[in-house]
Amino acid sequence: MKQRLNNCSDWFLERFPLSDLWNEHMAHYYAPKNFNIWYFFGSLALLVLVNQFITGILLTMNYKPDAELAFDSVEYIMRDVDWGWLVRYMHSTGASAFFIVVYLHMFRGLLYGSFKQPRELIWIFGMLIFVCLMAEAFMGYLLPWGQMSYWGAQVIISLFSAIPVIGDELSLWVRGDYVVSDATLNRFFAFHVIAVPLVLLILVFLHIVALHEVGSNNPDGIEIKENVNWQGRPLDGIAFHPYYTVKDIVGVGVFMFFFATVIFYMPEMGGFFLEHANFIPADPLKTPEHIAPVWYFTPFYAILRAVPDKFAGVIAMGGAIVVLFMLPWLDRSPVRSIRYRGGMFKKALLLFVIAFIGLGYLGTQPATPAATTVARIFTAVYFGFFLLMPLYTRWEKTKPLPERLTDQPTIEDRIPGLIALVNEVTDVRQATDATGATVTQRRPNPAGIKAVLFRFAKNLKESLD
Amino acid sequence: MKRILSTLLFLLSFSANASSGGVKLEEADIDLTDTVSLERGAKHYVTYCLGCHSAKHIRYKRIALDLHLDEAEILKNVAPLGAGIYDQMHSAMNGHDAEKWFGTTPPDLSLIARSRGADWLYSYLKGFYTEKGKPTGVNNAVFKDVAMPNVLWQLQGTQVAVVKNIDGQDVIAELKLEQPGQLSPKEFDKMVNDLVNFLVYVGEPVQLERQQMGKYALFFILMFIVLAYLLKKEYWKDVH
Repeated sequence: MKQRLNNCSDWFLERFPLSDLWNEHMAHYYAPKNFNIWYFFGSLALLVLVNQFITGILLTMNYKPDAELAFDSVEYIMRDVDWGWLVRYMHSTGASAFFIVVYLHMFRGLLYGSFKQPRELIWIFGMLIFVCLMAEAFMGYLLPWGQMSYWGAQVIISLFSAIPVIGDELSLWVRGDYVVSDATLNRFFAFHVIAVPLVLLILVFLHIVALHEVGSNNPDGIEIKENVNWQGRPLDGIAFHPYYTVKDIVGVGVFMFFFATVIFYMPEMGGFFLEHANFIPADPLKTPEHIAPVWYFTPFYAILRAVPDKFAGVIAMGGAIVVLFMLPWLDRSPVRSIRYRGGMFKKALLLFVIAFIGLGYLGTQPATPAATTVARIFTAVYFGFFLLMPLYTRWEKTKPLPERLTDQPTIEDRIPGLIALVNEVTDVRQATDATGATVTQRRPNPAGIKAVLFRFAKNLKESLD
Repeated sequence: MKRILSTLLFLLSFSANASSGGVKLEEADIDLTDTVSLERGAKHYVTYCLGCHSAKHIRYKRIALDLHLDEAEILKNVAPLGAGIYDQMHSAMNGHDAEKWFGTTPPDLSLIARSRGADWLYSYLKGFYTEKGKPTGVNNAVFKDVAMPNVLWQLQGTQVAVVKNIDGQDVIAELKLEQPGQLSPKEFDKMVNDLVNFLVYVGEPVQLERQQMGKYALFFILMFIVLAYLLKKEYWKDVH
C-alpha cells in the first residue's frame, strides 16, 4: 500500500513541479524577520477573499436575481434556509471587513514605502485589485434590492451621464434601461458572481507573483538581500513557511474574533455594514430622504459632493483613485520607511489620514453648507498630499539608514507598559455591592487621563520632527 | 491616532439612528427572552395589524418553535381562522383596494423594526393625536401626515397635541390624553410595547439564537488564538 502511494506521488511529481512551487513560494521564500502588526493584513485579505468566495457560492444557491424575487429571496435565506443567516452575515460583514483589511494593508504600504522601487508593479496590481474590489462591492450591494441598493446604484450610474457628449448613452448602456431595473440587476449579478471575481483572482495571483519576484519590504525599508550568507540566503530573512505561516495563523485567530463578534452581536454595525433603509424593498417611485453609500465608499463620495460641478466632481472622484496609481513616481524620497523619513512626510501623512477619515465621516452625513466647506478643505488636503509629494519628499531631511534590520519592541514587550497605562488612567477602589460583598472597582482617573493625553500629544509632536 | 479617530467615528455613528426626524423618541423595552410578551404581541398583531399589514416573511410554525408554543395552541390562539401552521402571515386585504382606500398600500411589516428601530415604532404607535381636516381624523407626532388611521384608538382613547411656538415654529410639546380609552395609559404602554417586541422578533427571528451561539463561537476562537500563539512562540524560539 505504501509502495503504491509512493508510486502515485512520484508519478505526479514527475509531471508537475509541486515541490519547486512550494519551495519557491513558501519553504524557501525568505521574508524579513521584523514584520510587525501591519504585516498581517495581506494574509487576512486573502482569508476574507476565500470567505467571500465560499459564502458567495452558498448564497447564489438560494438567491434569485430577479427584481420581483430578489428582496424576498434574501429574507428567505435569512429565515428559512438552514444557517442561511450565518452565511449571509458572513458575506455582508466580509465585504466591510475586506475594505477595512485592504485600507490597512494600503496604509502599511504608505508607512513603510512598500510601493517604492523596485515594488511599483506590486502596488499597481494592488491598486487594480482595489478598483476591482470597489466594482465588486458596488454591484453586490444592488443584489439585495433594498431601497439603498436601488437608489445608491441609481445615483452612481447616473454619474456616467455627467460625461459630455456620450454620457447619457453610456449610462443607458450600463443600466440596460432608463432606470435601474431588472435588466440592471441581472447584469450586475453576472458581473458580481462571475466576471469580477475571476479578474480579482487573476490580479491577486499577479500581485503575489510580483511580490515573490522582488521580495517583501519591511518596517525598516532596507533590502535584506544586500546581506546574505555563504549560501546566498538573506541574513535577516526567515523562511515564509513555517515562520510566517504560524504567525499569520495567530493573526487569523485575532481577526476571526473581531469578525465573529460583529456577526453574532452586531451584524448591522449600527447601520454601517447593513444600512437601515436597505430593509425596505426597492421602490422606484419613492426616493429615500438621505442616500448614503456604504461606509467604504464615503471618502470618495464626499469628494464627489465637495466639487460644485457634477462633471468636475466625477473627475475629482476618479482622480482620487487615479492619483493612488501614480504614487510610486510621486514619492522622491531616498528612503522607504517612515522610520527614517523627515518630519515633512510624517506631518503630511498625518494630515492625509485625518482628511481621509474626515471625508469618510462627511460622506455618511447630509451635505449641509458647513459640511461641504469642511469636505472641500479635506479634499484639498487629500490631493495636496499626493500632488505636492514630489516637492516635499525631495527636500525633506532623512535620517541615516541602518545596515541591518533593527530591533523594535514586540507586542509582548509592550504588555507591561499597557498594564501601567491602564493603572494610570484608572483608580482602583474597594466598594460594597448590592449583596454586601466587597468588590474592586475601577473608575476613570481624570488626572491620569490628562497626563497620558499630554504625554501622547508631546510624543506625537516629537515623533513628527 | 488613526485608531482613536476611527473609534470616535464609530461612536458618533451609534448616536445617529435612522429616520428619527428630529422628534424625541420614547424608549421601548425590548426583551426577546420574554416569550409571554412576544405571544401577547403576536396576538395583538393578528387582531389589530394583520387586517392591513402582512408580515409575509414569518410563518406561524416559526413563531410556535421560537416561543415554545404548541402548534395547535398557536393556530387556536394567535393565527386567524383558517390559517395553516406553515402559512406566512398574509393579510386578507388586497393591494388594489388598499390603494383606493388609503392612497397607498400598507407596507409589509416583517422588517419594519430593522428599518425604523424599536423606539420609533413605539413612539409612532403612541403618537397619534386628533387633528381636524385630516381624512382619518388624526395626525402623528412622529410620522407627519401618515395615511394610517389610529387603529388602537378604542384602547388608547384620543389624544390632543399641546403645541408650543419655539423660534416662530409650531412644535408639539406633548400629547395629552383627552378621552380615556378601554385601557389605562400604563396598560396601553405595555400593550404597545408587546407589539413592538413582537415586531423586533419578526424582524430577525434568529437574533436570540445568534447571540447565544456567539458565546461558544468566541470561546472557541479564543482557545484557537491561545493554541496558535503557543505554536508561533515554539517555532519562533530560534529567530533572533
